Amino acid sequence: MATTFTVGVAQIDCRLGDVEANLAEYERQLREAKGRGVDLLLFPELSLTGYFLKDMVATVALAPGSPALRRLRELSRETIAFVAGAVEETPEFRFYNAAMFFDGGELRHVHHKVYLPTYGLFDELRYLARGDRIGAFESRFGRSAMLLCEDLWHPSTAYIAAMDRALTLLVPSSSPIWGLERGEVPENAAYWQRVNAVTAEAYGMYLVYANRVGFEDGVGFWGGSEILGPSGEILARARYYEADMIVAEVNLGAVRRKRIAAPMLRDENLDLTINELTRIRGREPAGVVKAPPVEKPPVRKVAPPRTPLRTTRAKTAKPRKTVRRR
Amino acid sequence: MSVARASTATPPAIPINTPVLRRILVAFIRNEVRKVGVERVVLGLSGGVDSSLAAFLAAEALGPANVLGIRMPYRTSSPESLAHAELVAQATGIAIATIEITPQIDAYFERFPDATPLRRGNKMARERMTILYDHSASERALVLGTSNKTELLLGYGTLHGDMASALNPLGDLYKTQVWALSAAVGVPAPIVEKQPSADLWQGQTDEHELGFEYREVDRLLYLMVDERYEDEDLTAAGFALEFVARVRGMVQRSQFKRRLPVIAKVSARTIDRDFRYARDWGC
Repeated sequence: MATTFTVGVAQIDCRLGDVEANLAEYERQLREAKGRGVDLLLFPELSLTGYFLKDMVATVALAPGSPALRRLRELSRETIAFVAGAVEETPEFRFYNAAMFFDGGELRHVHHKVYLPTYGLFDELRYLARGDRIGAFESRFGRSAMLLCEDLWHPSTAYIAAMDRALTLLVPSSSPIWGLERGEVPENAAYWQRVNAVTAEAYGMYLVYANRVGFEDGVGFWGGSEILGPSGEILARARYYEADMIVAEVNLGAVRRKRIAAPMLRDENLDLTINELTRIRGREPAGVVKAPPVEKPPVRKVAPPRTPLRTTRAKTAKPRKTVRRR
Repeated sequence: MSVARASTATPPAIPINTPVLRRILVAFIRNEVRKVGVERVVLGLSGGVDSSLAAFLAAEALGPANVLGIRMPYRTSSPESLAHAELVAQATGIAIATIEITPQIDAYFERFPDATPLRRGNKMARERMTILYDHSASERALVLGTSNKTELLLGYGTLHGDMASALNPLGDLYKTQVWALSAAVGVPAPIVEKQPSADLWQGQTDEHELGFEYREVDRLLYLMVDERYEDEDLTAAGFALEFVARVRGMVQRSQFKRRLPVIAKVSARTIDRDFRYARDWGC
């Protein structure tokens, strides 16, 4: 019997710099989602604070022990599990663009955005610290990984998440309207939809994409949040440009079937990838042509590639998991 | 490494998606106005296509009862402009007011009888701005801007005059996109089809004054600004180098109009340099 749960996305607008107002909106959304049978609800990137924070970053950050952080924990006990989008302040006073996974009254996992964009209208690296890992994590919903918006535009991040045995990819986002073409969605939105579909299918994972709506300083966010199955199929897609909530059933049995039919992850050669990347990293400056390495690659011996299919089956069968079964 | 440029390739045309654009701009007006705790906008209705389109979008976003259009004619203004503004009011259901600016303009220039048409035109634009901002206070309404991307880029507007506003739904639309969207939302055809004019003096038209056509300069600006074409790409796309240089110069020389005044930095945190907040900060 495969693990199943209901995932939802709260596609909301938020008030820039007003954590209290946004917390109230989180609570409304969580209670509505609970009423709709959702087990895990995703909020968009930085939806607790607003996106174009600039010099407000330190003011809105969630420091350890802050009342807002406590309230988020409580909400996850009173309502359902959720992923918040916020600024996390660490004890050494660094500020991260963070996806925070709350469940059962606890903050269970945090992902710090690793790719902070600075081109076009973006200026994140000026104000925020850069995350340095993409770890998958266990929860009662099986093994997942979180990526924040731009992270997923770097194909290596989803690859790492997949190799770290994630079955579900959770992607909070604040994607602005950018490049109005002839289609129903902006140019970058059309690209998002392709990236989401290819990522879900390439790695045989569920993918939950939570985008926001509303405007900040004239920049609109296009919505269109979506939940995709492991063949890249759209299970639910939110309205464009307007607040919405979407809900879909996740059945990890579908991941299993997909990975049996298309066992690319099983066949993935992690050693090959690591060796090649190590070779490329150590390459001479551009212009110096080197033959492909015949010498022994300067890398430690690593374990043979895992077989995610087996792992998946083993994981989902573990009795200590408290995932709801249907 | 050099990148080969395909000189024969057809350059991309300016994209336009009127249903989506309309939806986004209406949502923009609604969101940015209500966010600051206001329900209404006020705008100058010149009878031209830009302010007509802005009025249509605002009426859709906020309801016509929450939009006030003000006609501010000078004695040389064309009667057709007044009639076209009236057409917009009828079509949208917005309230309309008429405030003549002739007395105060004439009173001022009695002291400077030799003032050039440019000075007079700028003074009129700024007079209209003060009227709009006065009504912004009396009506508890934000001033809705109507400058389009073409004129903002070319600097073809009066600083602190028609360029002044609280929010501008049209500032990222080229003139040709304004025409297309206007037709799509139902701006009356005579307004969309007439020759654009600032109507600052009789017989003035934008294209005569600028020395080129909007359709031509929009295509150039789109490739230059949005698509980042360099001079060699633009000439390969069929534009004369002199035209390219002239337009690029206009864009560069008018940069000051698109920025706050220069502030002499002396402190650790200078406004807009290292004191950085979104405009929506206080909302």
